[in-house]
Amino acid sequence: MTAPLLQVENLHVWFDLEGGGELHAVQGVSFDLAEGERVGLVGESGCGKTTAILAVMGLLPPSASIAGKVFLDGEDILAQGEETMSPHRWVDVAMVFQGAMNAFNPVKTVGEQIVEPMELHGTASGKQARQQAGELLERVGIPAARASSYPHQFSGGMRQRAAIAMALACTPKVLLADEPTTALDVMVQAQILQLLVGLAADFGLALILVTHDLPIVAQVCERAAVMYAGEIVELGPTDALYHDPRHPYTRLLFAATPDLYGEDAVVSIPGTPPRLDRELTGCPFAPRCDSSFAPCATVKPKLISTAADHTAACHLNDPALKAAS
Amino acid sequence: MSTGAENGKPPLLEVEDLVTRFPVPRGFVGAASRRPKLAVRAVDGVSFSLRKGEMLALVGESGSGKTTTAQSILRLVEPESGTIRFLGEDITKVGSGRMRSVRRHAQLIFQDPYESLDPRFRVRDTVEEPLIVHGEGGGHSEREERVRDALTRAGMTPPELFLDRFPHELSGGQRQRTAIAASLVLDPQLLVADEPVSMLDVSVRAGILSLLDELRRTGLGILMITHDLSTAAHFADRIAVMYLGRIVEEGSARDVVRDPKHPYTKALLSVVPQRDPRATTTPQILKGETPNPIAIPPGCRFNPRCPIAIPECRATDPELRSPAGARAGHEAACIRA
Repeated sequence: MTAPLLQVENLHVWFDLEGGGELHAVQGVSFDLAEGERVGLVGESGCGKTTAILAVMGLLPPSASIAGKVFLDGEDILAQGEETMSPHRWVDVAMVFQGAMNAFNPVKTVGEQIVEPMELHGTASGKQARQQAGELLERVGIPAARASSYPHQFSGGMRQRAAIAMALACTPKVLLADEPTTALDVMVQAQILQLLVGLAADFGLALILVTHDLPIVAQVCERAAVMYAGEIVELGPTDALYHDPRHPYTRLLFAATPDLYGEDAVVSIPGTPPRLDRELTGCPFAPRCDSSFAPCATVKPKLISTAADHTAACHLNDPALKAAS
Repeated sequence: MSTGAENGKPPLLEVEDLVTRFPVPRGFVGAASRRPKLAVRAVDGVSFSLRKGEMLALVGESGSGKTTTAQSILRLVEPESGTIRFLGEDITKVGSGRMRSVRRHAQLIFQDPYESLDPRFRVRDTVEEPLIVHGEGGGHSEREERVRDALTRAGMTPPELFLDRFPHELSGGQRQRTAIAASLVLDPQLLVADEPVSMLDVSVRAGILSLLDELRRTGLGILMITHDLSTAAHFADRIAVMYLGRIVEEGSARDVVRDPKHPYTKALLSVVPQRDPRATTTPQILKGETPNPIAIPPGCRFNPRCPIAIPECRATDPELRSPAGARAGHEAACIRA
């Protein structure tokens, strides 16, 4: 196996809180991503999934402190902050923001806005840039002639496609997509997801899909990381996460999600995620877990390998602990 | 159609050929140049009925008219034509005084519990307010009793724990339960829930939906507006699929989901992501988006996007009918179904 394209190692993010204290939003997250691979990052709101990818893009506000390493093709782009990050941002790693379709400048044509990052980063300019913008629009399923349209002349689905075209302006290797289909209708959602899968398959684009919607990850991604309280609690192939979950949170999250043809009762998960502005003892999910036992309250479980390419942070996977209880 | 009376009693809610339009402003130039007046045909001939103890899900994409249908039923927007009968009474044209007492029995639950609760009101005040507005509940202690009872029915137990909290001290799920308690306090017979869980986290959605399901079992009729077919499949007794202001298919949730008859329903179901990564449904992705409801295509409104349209579909506006091989109460508006 070749070295991964993107490698996130022990990433931490803290936010300074007004009135003192810190919020530990991302607590030691590690994952990697190969060329053309599609990986999902799932969890409830506040679990740190968006913060984690904003850290990878170097787009967190000044109130955030970051620790850890983000290797892109072997180079740590976090090492010197903005100095090492900015040559790669948008050029090698790009992002589609949540609600991106509503973030266009209303007084500039869509084409102008796709050309902008090219000229800014010096990847193309003038006529060549305009031609590339047209090609990008075609690639996301919009006729090149529509480059001269203004954002309001596009439907929601087309604006979302255009936002993806804009992220692809400098031909990045990695695309981070944050809830790219939230607020879109299911048919338009299917069109956008099909487009993202196609970009990964046809151009080797590596994709991180951040969403709270497990079925989307199940259908789009090859692997997924389930996040809870700022940490990855399970990471593995989507097939294994559904058919053989090794963390109760993953299992309960699937059970809480209605399925078109599902026959089982849909059950909510009691309680709420813990606050992240204080130190936690034991497993952060233990208070909501249906399978917790003695050690969960006191000993924090580590992410351990449960199968090839599959890790989970749960004491249930530790035969010695289980036997002792 | 399933508008038949049950044991001689009229259904809880009967809607017949409901039409609601919104005029499109022409502007000064438009009016001066006598440009024709245009209207958004948001609801364009909708008929259905709802019985006590039944949950009907109105599903559709944005612009399908599902929310306008719900608002028209409660006369929050005025329908242009058609009939709405609530407990056998025609409420389509009744005055605001009468409508006020109708709304006592027919309550609306909004989508966003972060917006629908007054941040300065404690839970107790929010739930008590409808009693005060409608001059009900007698003395203070009786009202308190009804507030506690409503909170208990909404799953906020024990009520003492929540009575004095403000919305910001509640989780999203608790806020929605508070809103539901406020609609239950008047002991309504019909709940209209407009996307009741779409703003909530996945982990708490099931709890709110199960609560609606329990209320249905106690005899309430529930009209749920949702864009989420999986939710409708799981919790509704019947599903009505809307497209461009019209119901194009209606039937038991099971029949509509497992044996869809209308090509739009089939396409819609095929693109719903499933939990199991091994699911093998081939997405049948329709091109483009729902057309503008100002310019509804002639003939069958779905024909320009329909994969099986024939020339006749451009001429005939199909009515809901039971297709060959469909079970009782399962209807589709498609001449090819």
